[in-house]
Amino acid sequence: MLIWEAYKLLGPADGVVLGTTRILPRTTDLAMPHVWDMIGRLGEPVTRSPSAQPLWGVVALAALTTLGIAAAGWLVGVVVGIGLALVMQRWRLAEWGLLPWIVISQTVPLIAFAPVVKSWGSRVEIGSFEWQDWMSVALIASYLAFFPIAIGALKGLQSPDRIHEELMQSYAAGYWTTLVKLRFPASVPYLLPALRLGAANAVIGAVVAEVSTGLQGGIGRILIQFAGQASGDPSKAWAPIFGAIVLGLVAAGSIALLGVMLRNYRRTEEAV
Amino acid sequence: MRDGSGFRDGAGAPPQPASGAVSAVEVRGVDKVFETRTGQVQALDAIDLTVAAGEFVSLIGPSGCGKSTLMRLIADLDDPSSGTLTVFGKTARHARLDQEYGIAFQSAGLLPWRTVAGNVALPLELHGAPSAARSARVAELLDMVGLTDFADRYPDQLSGGMQQRVAIARSLAEQPRLLLMDEPFGALDEMTREKMQSDLVRISAETGAAVVFVTHSIPEAVFLSDRVVVMSPRPGRIREIVPMRLGADAKRAARTDELREERAFFDMVTAVREALHGGAPVGTGPRGMETR
Repeated sequence: MLIWEAYKLLGPADGVVLGTTRILPRTTDLAMPHVWDMIGRLGEPVTRSPSAQPLWGVVALAALTTLGIAAAGWLVGVVVGIGLALVMQRWRLAEWGLLPWIVISQTVPLIAFAPVVKSWGSRVEIGSFEWQDWMSVALIASYLAFFPIAIGALKGLQSPDRIHEELMQSYAAGYWTTLVKLRFPASVPYLLPALRLGAANAVIGAVVAEVSTGLQGGIGRILIQFAGQASGDPSKAWAPIFGAIVLGLVAAGSIALLGVMLRNYRRTEEAV
Repeated sequence: MRDGSGFRDGAGAPPQPASGAVSAVEVRGVDKVFETRTGQVQALDAIDLTVAAGEFVSLIGPSGCGKSTLMRLIADLDDPSSGTLTVFGKTARHARLDQEYGIAFQSAGLLPWRTVAGNVALPLELHGAPSAARSARVAELLDMVGLTDFADRYPDQLSGGMQQRVAIARSLAEQPRLLLMDEPFGALDEMTREKMQSDLVRISAETGAAVVFVTHSIPEAVFLSDRVVVMSPRPGRIREIVPMRLGADAKRAARTDELREERAFFDMVTAVREALHGGAPVGTGPRGMETR
């Protein structure tokens, strides 16, 4: 924030240009509004119409909508990711067969398949169940979220020491017992960072998917909408960006909270 | 002597319990071959060994003599390549499924997310013991290893010796008739180690369990055991089984720290050391051995 204002104060109005390339941005109010203007703008109404809500309210509502979609996507990602990890942990062959595809899946550009998912989704209709547009967005969010979770969960499920596995074997404990009493608890230290990455990915996926599928009501939509109004109201375009940042923080914060609740599972065996 | 077959009826015969119960462990002609990328490794060759119920037997020998492998076969954590192995008259697998033995390894192997009490309770929990009986048994076991005050601590809050005591309490949870211990005191300092040895002598006397104890240390084997099985490497064979007069004469509970300073103790240490060298009198321990 200080750097922002200092550069705005000291930098040349037309930015720094090297040859024909501008390597530092312009410092006009249009390109770089004052921080206090951006914050002040949040408290003002969205439009000049007398019935308009304050800008922060609109952004918060949009952020909540996106958070809900991202959370749904994250949950699907958790289920799919842990499911894949379980299969890969159980069968070595599955690990060899699946892992490369999981990695490749992440190289497909999100923008490319978002409209495809939407058009598939619009054709899904099972009885009274009808595919909603937000579900396409959640699906895309889950597509980004499942990857770190699958990798982290696999590492975690494989993490118990040989001695612990043999101990369970000596107790004649079966696969499921070992899974519940040993593998899941042991995977917590690996799973938590994976869940956090998954949450961040789900938020990004949701925002990007909202933009590329044109879903109304989320933060991705108003991001585009307000950016279009930036020439007349430069501070306004920054509001959804703040909203997106807060969104990310909330998502990461919930995982941190989860980590606090599971702190006993993050102990290590060695004496301090 | 090439292998241990002569000991079934020889000087090293185990003291038979009056009841004539089946022996704790019967190993007959067991071979173990590991397949590696560079070829086959003969880890155990023609092993014959009988451990009577309630008997304390140590396996000693240099690294690579297969003593841990032998213990793992008894525990059914590995399968023998040939030969037969029974535990209380059952196959090793059956004995494992019936929880006939408790096991402790060189590292305590406690689950870090469970308290001391939770770790000791683990086997009971897995086998569906009712909650009241479970906590009573855990209290009893923690009292036995002197850790009652630490029941609610986590493993990372304990010293190495305390962790190992928790592991021993855990191995005793199901009141097994056989205890398998793979260098359980190997990572401990000398003082703690002697204390733990005395504790183990007391505990094994109290529970009446047979013990198969793998160790690197001659004095440890001598102090603890009724018989010491001396093994040699490549391929792993039983070279000699040395009966401990300490065990034959005295009751196990009578083994106190004074024993460590008695002449008989040093004679036994010498006997085991010479057995390790194939009978030749030697001044120092063989390579790979600890003489502490």
